[in-house]
Amino acid sequence: MAEDNSVLDSLSDNRAASRGGSRIADGIIYLILSLVALAVLFPFYNVLIMSFGTPGGVILPTKFDISSYHLIFQLGGVVKSFFISLLSTIAGTCLSMFITTCAAYALSKKYPGRNVLMGLIVFTMFFGGGLIPYYLLVKNLHLINSYWVLVLPTLMNAFYMIIMLSFFRGYPISLEESAKIDGASEFTILTRIVVPTSTPVIAALSLFYAVDKWNDWWSPLLFMTDVNKYPLQLLTRNLIVNFEAILNQTAGAAGAASVLMDKIGVLPDNLKMAVLIFNIIPIMLVYPFLQKYFSKGVMIGSVKG
Amino acid sequence: MIRRIVSNKIYYLLLLPAVVYYVIFAYIPMYGVVLAFKKFMFNKGILGSPWVGLEHFHTLMSYADFWDSFRNTVIISFGRLLFQFPVAIIVALLLNEVRKRGWKSFFQTVFTFPHFISWVVLSGVLLNILGDSGIFNQVLVQLGMDKVAFLINASTFRWLLFATDNWKEAGWGAIIYLAAIAGINPEQYEAAYVDGANRWQQLWSITLPSIFSTISIMLILAVGGIMNGGFDQIFNLYSASVYQVAEIIDTLVYRLGFQVGSNYGLVTAIGLFKSVIGLIMLAGANYAVKKMGQEGLV
Repeated sequence: MAEDNSVLDSLSDNRAASRGGSRIADGIIYLILSLVALAVLFPFYNVLIMSFGTPGGVILPTKFDISSYHLIFQLGGVVKSFFISLLSTIAGTCLSMFITTCAAYALSKKYPGRNVLMGLIVFTMFFGGGLIPYYLLVKNLHLINSYWVLVLPTLMNAFYMIIMLSFFRGYPISLEESAKIDGASEFTILTRIVVPTSTPVIAALSLFYAVDKWNDWWSPLLFMTDVNKYPLQLLTRNLIVNFEAILNQTAGAAGAASVLMDKIGVLPDNLKMAVLIFNIIPIMLVYPFLQKYFSKGVMIGSVKG
Repeated sequence: MIRRIVSNKIYYLLLLPAVVYYVIFAYIPMYGVVLAFKKFMFNKGILGSPWVGLEHFHTLMSYADFWDSFRNTVIISFGRLLFQFPVAIIVALLLNEVRKRGWKSFFQTVFTFPHFISWVVLSGVLLNILGDSGIFNQVLVQLGMDKVAFLINASTFRWLLFATDNWKEAGWGAIIYLAAIAGINPEQYEAAYVDGANRWQQLWSITLPSIFSTISIMLILAVGGIMNGGFDQIFNLYSASVYQVAEIIDTLVYRLGFQVGSNYGLVTAIGLFKSVIGLIMLAGANYAVKKMGQEGLV
């Protein structure tokens, strides 16, 4: 993590060093920040120890018991949802990056109609048709209960496209021109020169798309009614809201889940926490990479909030 | 002109998938807002349903649930301006005072993490610690106090919204201010130090004024987004017992839209009403940002 935001860090390091100030002030600042960090992390820590069998309302872990995870693998529904989420995230990210890169590259050039097309895309960031027309559209496209609904509605994010666009605008023209003189077509230039030399922005946006898609619960909530096709977020939401019913549905037979739970001796609360951990782990795995990149995109991206 | 279009055809081709996407998933639903002026009939579709003029908007004006949600939206958004907007700034200022690079990086890593977790998961995390047998109530009991049903208590629910959204987003929100602080010329601090200004004085007279324009832009944009209120968070945390204080326009639209025998025309009218006000607010905010000599959104 030491290299993250290194420019920002080194700048403020120099500054702090030149500013003087007492040790007491430093101590207070560290104390406040440490308490805040503890408060931020504690809820996650609590989820983690409970997923290993510690009962709720206890600060220190009382046992290390993997039977919640064991049960999740036995029931199968959560694991299946995990893979539905994983596959749709990967497929969706690839497709999204493809059309975002194409669009951003095309919009970074000048030709008739460019500004109109740009305007059409930007306008969608501020105005939409609303829930009902959107729902009716997806219904009419026969996407309800289709896995495509996890990919298509969130195919493109205009903010990410603009971040990429501003990156391409700053791209050294000389590189492209020398390729043109050598007879390379636009498409070759894009795939052989521009994309390979734009890996930072491509990596950053891929990660952001991937996190968005992993976290998307809204599209499946609206358009997935078949519990066997739930991605993990929707399954998790419904597990939180309506634990027994959902668990039984994914276990295949009515009552099967509670029989299994009794047999293995898992409490619902501990099981729920283990499901939450399943949601959080992929994010934790990509988080170090995300963190490396987000300061680059945030100037524009954070406007959306 | 034609020749320029033909010679640039590759760009149109590259844009084609994006344009198709936006036409289908943004502009067709946008056309669908005509539902707000129609009586929707399933067998006739949006196009074939009969027009009813402004009927839905007349209904809307005297629809108490709508005005409750309108009021809640504005109250919650203003609450966020008061109790969340400054927190990101304070976090940035505190992080800026950390001298050791490793610690600063550590704190930032911790503070931004919840931003990447969805409200579905975070609501599960919160239910766990704030619920009846959760750690929060256990501590209250140990201290000899009464348990608080945080998630269904109407008098504290909005505070819960502000606090938990700070937990998720304050660290992320701080980044933009940290970037602005990084742009300050270090010589200013050196000069102030030589003149005997302590850190507190440096904070007030150098750091804060230097990021003032960033703060005002973020504030104006936040005002522009006042009709939103935070659907993801509220939808995942609230329940019937707190509808009276937490039902915002977006959640009302969802509930009305997906109940049996829903009046699609009226629901669309509510959504449209909200979108138009939101668009006007945002356009005004954008105008204000530009007036300040800053680059706006569009």
